[in-house]
Amino acid sequence: MIDVEHLRIRFGEREAVKGVSFTVPTGDSFGIVGESGSGKSTILRAVAGLNERWDGRIAFNGVNAPLKRPPAFFRKVQMVFQDPYGSLHPRQTIDRILSELPMVHGMPDIEQRVEKALSDVALPPTVRFRFPHQLSGGQRQRVAIARALIAEPEVILLDEPTSALDVSVQAEILNLLVDLRRRRGLTYILVSHNLAVVSHLCPRLGVMLDGEMVEQLSSDDLRAGRIKHPHTAELRALTVELEDPVEV
Amino acid sequence: MLVDINNLHISFRSRTGVFEAVRGISMNIGAEKFGIVGESGSGKSVTARAIMKLLPNNAVIEADRLAFDGIDILAADEKTMRGIRGKRAGFILQDPKYSLNPVKTIGVQIAEAWYTHKGGTRREAMQAAITLLDQVKIRDPKAVAALYPHEVSGGMGQRAMIAMMMAPDPELLIADEPTSALDATVQAEILRLMEDLVSSRGMGLILISHDLPLVSHFCDRVAIMYAGKVMEEIRAAELNRARHPYTRGLLECIPSLLQPKEQLAVLNRDPAWMNP
Repeated sequence: MIDVEHLRIRFGEREAVKGVSFTVPTGDSFGIVGESGSGKSTILRAVAGLNERWDGRIAFNGVNAPLKRPPAFFRKVQMVFQDPYGSLHPRQTIDRILSELPMVHGMPDIEQRVEKALSDVALPPTVRFRFPHQLSGGQRQRVAIARALIAEPEVILLDEPTSALDVSVQAEILNLLVDLRRRRGLTYILVSHNLAVVSHLCPRLGVMLDGEMVEQLSSDDLRAGRIKHPHTAELRALTVELEDPVEV
Repeated sequence: MLVDINNLHISFRSRTGVFEAVRGISMNIGAEKFGIVGESGSGKSVTARAIMKLLPNNAVIEADRLAFDGIDILAADEKTMRGIRGKRAGFILQDPKYSLNPVKTIGVQIAEAWYTHKGGTRREAMQAAITLLDQVKIRDPKAVAALYPHEVSGGMGQRAMIAMMMAPDPELLIADEPTSALDATVQAEILRLMEDLVSSRGMGLILISHDLPLVSHFCDRVAIMYAGKVMEEIRAAELNRARHPYTRGLLECIPSLLQPKEQLAVLNRDPAWMNP
């Protein structure tokens, strides 16, 4: 479904992504982990078409994506951002936020699509005529996911979708994402710094360090500690240390 | 007791009514590492701010007793509070990007904290600032002292914040989500640093966090807050054996790397938790 080969991105003098390659099969989900500044979000933005200056190859279904994507591309590939407080227009109702994309793409039956998108993410129909500030953080992130779904995409790119949320709300959003992927055969790329979140959602993941993907491995290997690169081992140790119960 | 809170209520008046953020909580904190955990909106941060009387004008604080080292905070005037804030109790916030002054070098800011509380000459203050930067394990303290906040990383900025708070030798350190904006590797270092400083100086620490496993590993005791009330107060090491259904619910919905689950448990909020 998604092929990324020798992707290089530079900002002025600094090379933020130094030749990264990975493949995500249709219906699968791939995780990218790493610390801040490692280049993980930069990769995602290039795949989404939000950055038009990169070298290498990004292909969907075997077709190379051009630097400047055609409008139809943005129906197939949608993105969900980290902060549900910042990613929804504060002065538009949920109805307006959700109907904008089908309107732009000239899709019919906008009314029904909006209703369906809300029910898909388990929001009550009454939410439709509210403003973002009248919703909780978890509800807002559901709206952001509904906005991605309304385009009927094949790929959803998730940039830290739960790191601004409480753990109780995070669990609901993760369950929703797992369920949607299964029901609709969606393909995900998930960027996160949280190994437990990534391994919950993605069977395979890549570890970023300073612009390079230093290791790709399965979540099972990560769990079992079958690791090659010291940075992966370090990240795993920090997670495991906190998960272990405290000795009394 | 360093901090003595008894039946604290904090409410905010607004155009449309009164919102009660904290509804009658009690805590006693000594020279120990005390954690306050809870979800956003549970009242953990406003509780910490109330101890320093750092709430906006529309906040109403009421308590049977709210005292810092025997000083009645509710009755204290601004002058008394200035003697506590910074000097006897330091406050570390989440993001060093916003809590450091962007137009002054790190060294000048730490020197200022030292000079304000201890007096002496500017030169002595600058020397002290460099020593403090060294104590928070910054490798080249002299060079870092000359840098502006935007020139350093998040972890380095947070160390500078800690150095500044340590300048007047406080008895209590309040840290509100001190590591949430930092990477896991940096988080571990900052916590270790705070641990060293707190134990070597015999200070009290209040750590406010949403991260239960972290608090469980780092603190001695922990209070779990929900909707402005304390659900339970237990030894931090025993957090995994907590009895309260809210605490259990929170722990169970955290995804685990080592024990994967097909579906995560979801927290079912019991209306009875609102009024325990």
